[in-house]
Amino acid sequence: MTELPVEPVPAKAPRSKRRDVWDQFKSHKGALLGMFIFAVIVLGVLLGPYLWPYDATYIDIRARNEGPSFAHPMGTDQLGRDTMARMMAGGQTSISVGVTAMLLALVLGSLIGVVAGFFKRLDGPLMRLTDLFLALPLLPLLLVMVLLFREPLSATFGPETGIFILIVVAIGITSWMPTARIVRGDVLALKEREFVLAARSIGTTNFRMITRHILPNVMSPIMVSATLGIANAIITESALSFLGLGFPPDFPTWGRLLYDATNYLQQYPERVIWPGAAISLTVLSVNYLGDGLRDALDPRIRGR
Amino acid sequence: MTDAIVETKGIEVRFPLPTHFLAREKPVLHALNGVDIAIQPGESFCVVGESGCGKTTLGRTIMGLQSPTAGEIYFNGQRIDQMDEAARKPIRRDMQMVFQNPYASLNPRRNVFETLAEPIRHLMPEKTGPEVRAQVEEVLAATGCDPSWQRKLPHEFSGGQRQRIAIARALVTNPAFIVADEPISALDVSIQAQILNLLDDLQAERGLTYLFITHDLSVVEHFGTRVAVMYLGRVMELAETDTLFSAPKHPYTRLLLDAIPKIEGGSFDNPREPGELPDPVNMPPGCPFAPRCPMAEARCRTERPELRTLDNGTQAACHFAE
Repeated sequence: MTELPVEPVPAKAPRSKRRDVWDQFKSHKGALLGMFIFAVIVLGVLLGPYLWPYDATYIDIRARNEGPSFAHPMGTDQLGRDTMARMMAGGQTSISVGVTAMLLALVLGSLIGVVAGFFKRLDGPLMRLTDLFLALPLLPLLLVMVLLFREPLSATFGPETGIFILIVVAIGITSWMPTARIVRGDVLALKEREFVLAARSIGTTNFRMITRHILPNVMSPIMVSATLGIANAIITESALSFLGLGFPPDFPTWGRLLYDATNYLQQYPERVIWPGAAISLTVLSVNYLGDGLRDALDPRIRGR
Repeated sequence: MTDAIVETKGIEVRFPLPTHFLAREKPVLHALNGVDIAIQPGESFCVVGESGCGKTTLGRTIMGLQSPTAGEIYFNGQRIDQMDEAARKPIRRDMQMVFQNPYASLNPRRNVFETLAEPIRHLMPEKTGPEVRAQVEEVLAATGCDPSWQRKLPHEFSGGQRQRIAIARALVTNPAFIVADEPISALDVSIQAQILNLLDDLQAERGLTYLFITHDLSVVEHFGTRVAVMYLGRVMELAETDTLFSAPKHPYTRLLLDAIPKIEGGSFDNPREPGELPDPVNMPPGCPFAPRCPMAEARCRTERPELRTLDNGTQAACHFAE
């Protein structure tokens, strides 16, 4: 807040909450930039394939291993597939896996955190469960899950949807623990605040207590977890694809592109840079976006 | 005497302390030990005592925020401590609470209107939208709040303004009985007087009954009709306010009265008896005040004095009070 208001506006119309949130959000330059970059990436990977002449799976063996040119701005790979088209197709998968897995982890984590914090009796068992999940080595567990469930899921839902569900669920149920812990801690503190007692003194039911008084007040840590969760999910999916356990080989994701490109790291380093930069940019922009959103949604920070 | 609006009969509250799950002993904290009070309609019944004496627990137990381990609580002759939620709902409308810390007692994410409308919507579901709005505006006016506050969030207000809103929330269902748990101790001195006067005016207008919990005896003198002095979960002395201040019967009450700073000085000239509060987990067998009492004798350490009525109507729990 660098300048003082010149004159007080006398009859101010009741400010709408959405307007307030947007005003606060705008004042966070990093968040604005993050939102812009994330929007560009999302629009690019969603609409790009319709505008771009090359298909991600089209093989043009005569044009293989080309460097960046006007026809192929990001070059082509060892089979002559256009890297730009593969980046866009891969982004669709990576971002949708990231967002869905994050939502799953968030719902699971918030649910377990709120229940553990709110109901004293369930606190111990649920937190030990959380510790148990935290103690599991993540990658070996993911590998076992992928090995065990890849076939039945592919058979039921088709290879692509099946693997998508498998990876989203695998990432979701192995990354809810930090959210649960943070939310539980906040709920424990909130539960002792007097406004919760005041609500209890009028006989508010537990469900209404949680939805009206507890959840809105733990939105900040949940938002932070959400943004970190997207980043985490994209990276985990990349790691799985990188290990060759994610989507089928002809199905591009950013992680799979990285995996394919490492073989040619010395001859064609730019092939690693494209997906790497895309992952980093997405993760970074989502983090800034979440940071700004958290500030904007907090009424105590807002309007200051 | 008329029928009491709120009456407690020997209520006890014990908190089990956290232990290792294999521990043999299960230590228990005795927060309330057999408290009997009867609050008459229209009075301002004050409860005083030092930190940890159970006065807040008493208020919360009466409000049903804490269920008593033993004993009975009556509201207008109905026993309320074992009621189920459905039966209790109309009673919740008639008893409300004002909390100590106005910075913690309002949900920071909900604006004033939402905060005030919640008790009506929950406890009086028959009210329509416009009726709720009218009732909220009426109670805001009654507590000296500006109607334009309705769309604002709690962080936009000062402590005194927040406490007015908290009082408005307590009054919005038109209760007959209000538990005020140290409603002014978190406020500036200048604001304290405003809030006390507001409570006084509201009592005159609406015929409210207060259970006023405080540790400030000068507030009691100004505000209360009857006073219960509590110590370690027990009522030590229960008297009319004037009687208590003019003729304190219990040595603990005298100690409290001596501790009020006086303008002419002198209050701190005589060093007081040293002494500590006994541990509320392992209560000594005798009078809980005996370790600090200047009059204590051997009898006090073995035999616990019961609350008994003296000649001037005061009730005191001391072997030597008369």
